[in-house]
Amino acid sequence: MSAPSSISLPRDKSDQIGRILVLAYLIIFLCFMVFPLFSLMSKSMQNADGVFVGFQNFVAYSKEPTLFKSFFHSLFVASASTIIVVCLGFIYAFALQCTCMRFKGFFRVVALIPLLSPSILAAIALVYWFGNQGILKSFLLGNSIYGPIGIIMASVYWTFPHALMILSTSLSLSDARLYEASEALKASKFKTFLSVTLPGAKYGIISTTFVVFILVFTDFGVPKVIGGNYNVLATDIYREVVGMQNFQMGAVISIVLLIPALLAFGLDQYSRKRQASQLTSRSVVYVPNPDKVRDNLFFAYCLLITFLIVAMLGMAQFGALVKFWPYNLSLTLKHYNFEVAGLGWDSFFNSVRMSLYAAFFGTILIFVGSYLIEKMRSDKSLRELLQMVALMPMAIPGIVLGLAYIFFFNAKGNPLNFFYATMAILVVNTIVHFYTVSHLSAITAIKKLDDEFESVSLSLKIPTYKMFFRVTLPVCLPTVFDIFIYLFCNAMTTVSGVIFLYTYDTTLASVSAIHLDEQGDVAGAAAMAMLIVYISFVVRGLHTLISTLLLKRTQAWRNI
Amino acid sequence: MLRLKRIQAVGDGVVNSQSQYLKVENLSKYFGSFKALNDISISINDGEFVCFLGPSGCGKTTLLRCIAGLELQSSGKIFQNGELISDLPTSQRDFGIVFQSYALFPNLSCFENIAYGLRNAAWTKVDIENRVDSLLDLVGLSDHSAKYPSQLSGGEQQRIALARAIATSPNLLLLDEPLSALDAKVRIHLRQELKKFHRSLGLTSIMVTHDQEEALSIADRIFVMDGGEIMQVGSPEEIYRHPESAFVANFIGMTNFLSGTVVDAKTIELGALQFQIKTDGFAKGDKVKIAARPESVKILRTKTKQSFEGKIVELEFLGSFVRLHISTSLLTDGNLLADLAIFEKPPSNISLGGIVNFTFSPDLLSIF
Repeated sequence: MSAPSSISLPRDKSDQIGRILVLAYLIIFLCFMVFPLFSLMSKSMQNADGVFVGFQNFVAYSKEPTLFKSFFHSLFVASASTIIVVCLGFIYAFALQCTCMRFKGFFRVVALIPLLSPSILAAIALVYWFGNQGILKSFLLGNSIYGPIGIIMASVYWTFPHALMILSTSLSLSDARLYEASEALKASKFKTFLSVTLPGAKYGIISTTFVVFILVFTDFGVPKVIGGNYNVLATDIYREVVGMQNFQMGAVISIVLLIPALLAFGLDQYSRKRQASQLTSRSVVYVPNPDKVRDNLFFAYCLLITFLIVAMLGMAQFGALVKFWPYNLSLTLKHYNFEVAGLGWDSFFNSVRMSLYAAFFGTILIFVGSYLIEKMRSDKSLRELLQMVALMPMAIPGIVLGLAYIFFFNAKGNPLNFFYATMAILVVNTIVHFYTVSHLSAITAIKKLDDEFESVSLSLKIPTYKMFFRVTLPVCLPTVFDIFIYLFCNAMTTVSGVIFLYTYDTTLASVSAIHLDEQGDVAGAAAMAMLIVYISFVVRGLHTLISTLLLKRTQAWRNI
Repeated sequence: MLRLKRIQAVGDGVVNSQSQYLKVENLSKYFGSFKALNDISISINDGEFVCFLGPSGCGKTTLLRCIAGLELQSSGKIFQNGELISDLPTSQRDFGIVFQSYALFPNLSCFENIAYGLRNAAWTKVDIENRVDSLLDLVGLSDHSAKYPSQLSGGEQQRIALARAIATSPNLLLLDEPLSALDAKVRIHLRQELKKFHRSLGLTSIMVTHDQEEALSIADRIFVMDGGEIMQVGSPEEIYRHPESAFVANFIGMTNFLSGTVVDAKTIELGALQFQIKTDGFAKGDKVKIAARPESVKILRTKTKQSFEGKIVELEFLGSFVRLHISTSLLTDGNLLADLAIFEKPPSNISLGGIVNFTFSPDLLSIF
């Protein structure tokens, strides 16, 4: 029985340091999330001269049919993609978790590959498959790939692993005792599926729905490349801001984009809370029995899905190597010169640098922040506030955050103005944008540590920071590595967050892929997108290698 | 660290000539509006082994954590060795602590766990090695030096935690339910070990527990707590034999509660009987409660002037004794429990449904 800890005063030195750190975190979030969003909101209520006009811009927006239509476009592609991904992902997850299909490991790995690629890669590959000069153009029966069809197909591709991860986790939690009970009651297999499997995965399915919906609803890269004249909210923001320099309207649309995203996020949080109370630690892991027909059917299905994933990747790579699609199919490396964008490989190296910075500083920031929230003894209300704030980035679309940064940091008289147009702003934006998921996994890892470690350490007169480096960090090292690689891959592939923030000196690979495509160099775009895949792949490989070696040393205590 | 053991049972909770080591004065602790500790004043003698005993939520852990500085009291003072410590941070207080969860660092070997607190002070490498080796020896785990905590059994882990807690030679040892997470048998074994250990070091120790048997077997003195207050202080025997309140009587061991009316200085009307028992401190006509342990019930072969009658409705075989559940008019609800040692030749009517005569040993009863 441990009493709730509620020390009202910081008394140990570590308590005082902790309080200062928590305050520093709150200031960071204030400067790099709250204030920018606030400037975005105030911008949406100003006219071009910066005079406050209330909701006038919103009224103007709703009277503009072309703009207003984009809202429904976004809603439509997001809903359609969500339904398709949840169905496809559920069957795939079911095959991985609840059948005795062979080559599960292979199928799992291949399905996660889209995580390594920028979302636009799928859009580019689709152009090669079904575009005006695509080899399977006739499959679309006269419909154009440039529009909702393309957006939905590409969105399904890149959100598939996100859905799969949540769904297979929720299926892996199914309790064997329920299956045994169902069998003992002579329920048919289908009945068991309906009464045990599906309800068990219910919250996973709900969560996946919200997550995928937000991802597609707020995505910028895919509709930019393959949307054609089919405008969605994210591309409208870009066009208003970059094309027409109409910042106010950009801000208005951002808020229109932000609200459904916040709503979906809130609902997701709510359903996750319900789920937590449903799980018991005494569940017995379900191990499926072989069933030849079922296993073969699911094997065929997974084979088909992985084939489609590989087809996307393969076509993007093929397109990047072909001399002049579709007329001259001989191979060349000339598209890797990236002459059209005029920057050569600079943007690629910028991206790698930016991603390394974001991964390095982000990991430290996120892990220490989670530690403070979980293990500090004092300042409970401050820590709760920080926890709440740390969940918010998940709800903020990247393109909204990016635009908010312009308004805030580029404002005259802002002492943080020096920050604008630097590499640092890209790094910070990326860390904030991807903060929440890593934060949650760090919290989970730290929660597993005994609450009394700090007390024992203090009683032995060892300061808490020493204990952090001797025990907490080494024990959580696998999670720390995971956070690093998550941040790196996302920083490499992100477009929406940074599209407004880069400068001539800090162009990024994913952004220049978009520009290459914009300028008609689809092959160059494909080449750049594939470079991102390869570097992510290499870094992930290195990550696996280093962590295996390092973990063997630091985690020896685990597997004895 | 050598210390003479100066323990003796302290009669009536009065502190004798022994030196006070720890003194708590008017300590209160609130969690919001919940009063976890209500004006607690206690003192603990040098070298004593005391237990804070009580049901969960009684405040015993909170009291321990206040002494450790892991919780901050809302009001009141704590003195250790004459020095006011209640406003000192944890790291400036002098104590070692063992938790129910052991809280051993999983990534450090047993050796490193014990050496953890020594890596700070002015200890040379050789000194550390010697110190840890002698501690490992003390807890009987010399062979396990290089192992990780996860390779040890619960009991072994607890002993490592103990060694770690005393490695820096603190003058006070705090034990927060140290045995609760262990199997019954290991628990009993370790509790003897802990007692031996305490006897050899003479280290002032405070153990928090909810297990009355554990407290009775191990402590020099027990502080029974309930609702954030100290209900009774005394040696295990005093607490068991002479509970001062119905709560203590009920919480420590099994107890039958009987209702009666004081007749005079030597008599209580109990059921239809004038039962002979001293009634010091009560006036004629007082309604009293009488706590009777199951072992204070004597089964008689024949009816006597002081005997009651009842029907056996349940027989429980509990190893060294048989527990009878007797339905009797003395109790308005429930049955009277009576323990019958197995070596006693039972009267022939001890069987289910049998009618028995019984009485109570007056000196084993407590009156409230």
